[in-house]
Amino acid sequence: MTETPLWEVFIRPRNGLAHKHVGSLHAADEVLALQAARDVYTRRGEGVSIWVVPSVAITASDPDHAAENFEPTADKIYRHPTFYDIPDDVGHM
Amino acid sequence: MYSQGLIGADGRTTETPEFLQAFQKRIDAEDKIEPKDAMPEGYRKTLVRQIGQHAHSEIVGMLPEGNWITRAPSLRRKAALLAKVQDEGGHGLYLYAAAETLGVSREEMTEELLSGKAKYSSIFNYPTLSWADIGIIGWLVDGAAIMNQIPLCRCSFGPYARAMIRVCKEESFHQRQGYEIVMTLAQGTPEQKEMAQDALNRWWWPSLMMFGPHDADSQHSDQSMAWKIKRFTNDELRQKFIDATVPQAEYLGLTVPDADLAWNEAKGGYDHGPIDWGEFWRVVKGHGPMARDRIKARKKAWDEGAWVREAALAHAEKRAARKIAAE
Amino acid sequence: MALFEAVLELADDHLVLGHRLSEWCGHAPMLEEDLALPNMALDLIGTARTLYDHAAKLEGRGRDEDALAYLRGEREYRNLLLCERPNGDFAHTMLRQLYFAAFMQPYWTAALGSADETIAGVAGKAVKEMAYHIRHAGEWVIRLGDGTEESAARMQEAVVELHPYTGELFEEGAAGDVAELPSRAVMRGAWTATLQPIFAEALLQMPEVPYPQTGGRSGLHGEGLGHLLAEMQSVYRAHPGASW
Repeated sequence: MTETPLWEVFIRPRNGLAHKHVGSLHAADEVLALQAARDVYTRRGEGVSIWVVPSVAITASDPDHAAENFEPTADKIYRHPTFYDIPDDVGHM
Repeated sequence: MYSQGLIGADGRTTETPEFLQAFQKRIDAEDKIEPKDAMPEGYRKTLVRQIGQHAHSEIVGMLPEGNWITRAPSLRRKAALLAKVQDEGGHGLYLYAAAETLGVSREEMTEELLSGKAKYSSIFNYPTLSWADIGIIGWLVDGAAIMNQIPLCRCSFGPYARAMIRVCKEESFHQRQGYEIVMTLAQGTPEQKEMAQDALNRWWWPSLMMFGPHDADSQHSDQSMAWKIKRFTNDELRQKFIDATVPQAEYLGLTVPDADLAWNEAKGGYDHGPIDWGEFWRVVKGHGPMARDRIKARKKAWDEGAWVREAALAHAEKRAARKIAAE
Repeated sequence: MALFEAVLELADDHLVLGHRLSEWCGHAPMLEEDLALPNMALDLIGTARTLYDHAAKLEGRGRDEDALAYLRGEREYRNLLLCERPNGDFAHTMLRQLYFAAFMQPYWTAALGSADETIAGVAGKAVKEMAYHIRHAGEWVIRLGDGTEESAARMQEAVVELHPYTGELFEEGAAGDVAELPSRAVMRGAWTATLQPIFAEALLQMPEVPYPQTGGRSGLHGEGLGHLLAEMQSVYRAHPGASW
């Protein structure tokens, strides 16, 4: 017998903020998944909008590639505002 | 509501010393481990077992308290208890999901629980015999759970730590709810006070056992501490619990059922009488008074729900097929 | 006193059905439903509490919500027979919820403009709750009705068993017409309109009912209610005058 699929749940805490991953649950289809997400993850006013995504639909980066993915940016400090010297007299920029 | 210390995990692992060293370095640096990261097999197994036991405890823990939802003696208490037991179900759900990130499915874990292979906190194998038990469970059992769970919010495994943060946030009302019930009884009629004392007498020692065996007899503590799955030893947590709880009992005018209980100025904590470890192991090994009934109840719910789960899947398949046909 | 009685009828409906739903807690077919069912139960119990409290004040004889809930026996309870029907299987529970919510949703909508502020307040909250109950129960009725052979048979069986109790939804209570509450009979159109598409999708037939079951409003209940109340009231009644 097949298992009930797993879904990832994302909730927008309030308008103006992005949806954020809050957990997962099992449901046979997307309608039941949304209802379950409402019943499980918003019992204390945690959100105003829900996304549910089949867990199998998520493509994740490989942690073994973390070094080549994310470390090369470490020395590109010119991308950050503090890299540039502006005299205090100029004011906030 | 948390289980006692980990029971029966096998933390053995066969990786190279270099790999283990590198892993330990990450742990020591307080780096969180995420599901797809390379990890020692022993670490993974320990977590699957511990999170599974924890989840099972939440689920089985719904039963003793659920036993009083239909008899709660006021509508206010009824709503609060229902919401609390519902929370326990939610916590089980979050925890199963955390364990699932390690490649074990909820169905597999459920089968292990129902077959009697998986353990859960033995506290739930005691019966709830009066309304006062509901108060005492909230106060003592949830109180002990909070002692256990707060350090777990800093556990090295990310999904477990995140689930625990959510659980701790939600549980903050559980202990207060329990204490308020006991307080109402302790200040009520003589029968109510007697009911509260009787429940305290029955639940005190099992609550102390929730922290697991003494450190000297705990096989898994060292490795779990090194891996920062566990942050405090069983005895440390038990001591914290006793020191916090005894004054709360005194405030209520209830007597902690331990003739040897005494304040020890030198250690700045209470000394307590001997714990009946014979009883502890008996209950852990499945001979608790309610052990069979608890599993039977869970199995009944699972078996009787099978047709519902199958129908939902069958309908989902039909929906998907119709959607494709319509495109 | 008619308003007191009418509010009490509504309160009894909500408490008894909420109590029934709460019996599922820890025994649902899946963990997700172990959270969904208490949510619905808590909505109903919350509404019942406000209504009992209101009824107690309308009566003005010093009774409170708990005295009304815990110290009346089955002949004094005024709930609809539908609300006290045993949970049965999951199909029964979901259908019972759908039948009730599909009635209460238009009912509370009509009560939004009640001259009684408490009733209007309850309506404002309950309208949203009932809309969700319809959706949740309705989606399950559809899945069970058009799921497997077994689920379809169970769903149809639930319809056959529960449909005779739906006529009572539309009867004016023993309290008679009360200006502060909507007329019940006019809800039939809205009720049917909610159910029809769900039944169609669920491949269910709405049966003809030659002999509807009624009597709840005059305290003529099935045998199950006495057991429900005996259990619910046992602790409260064993300690007269105690606080909890």
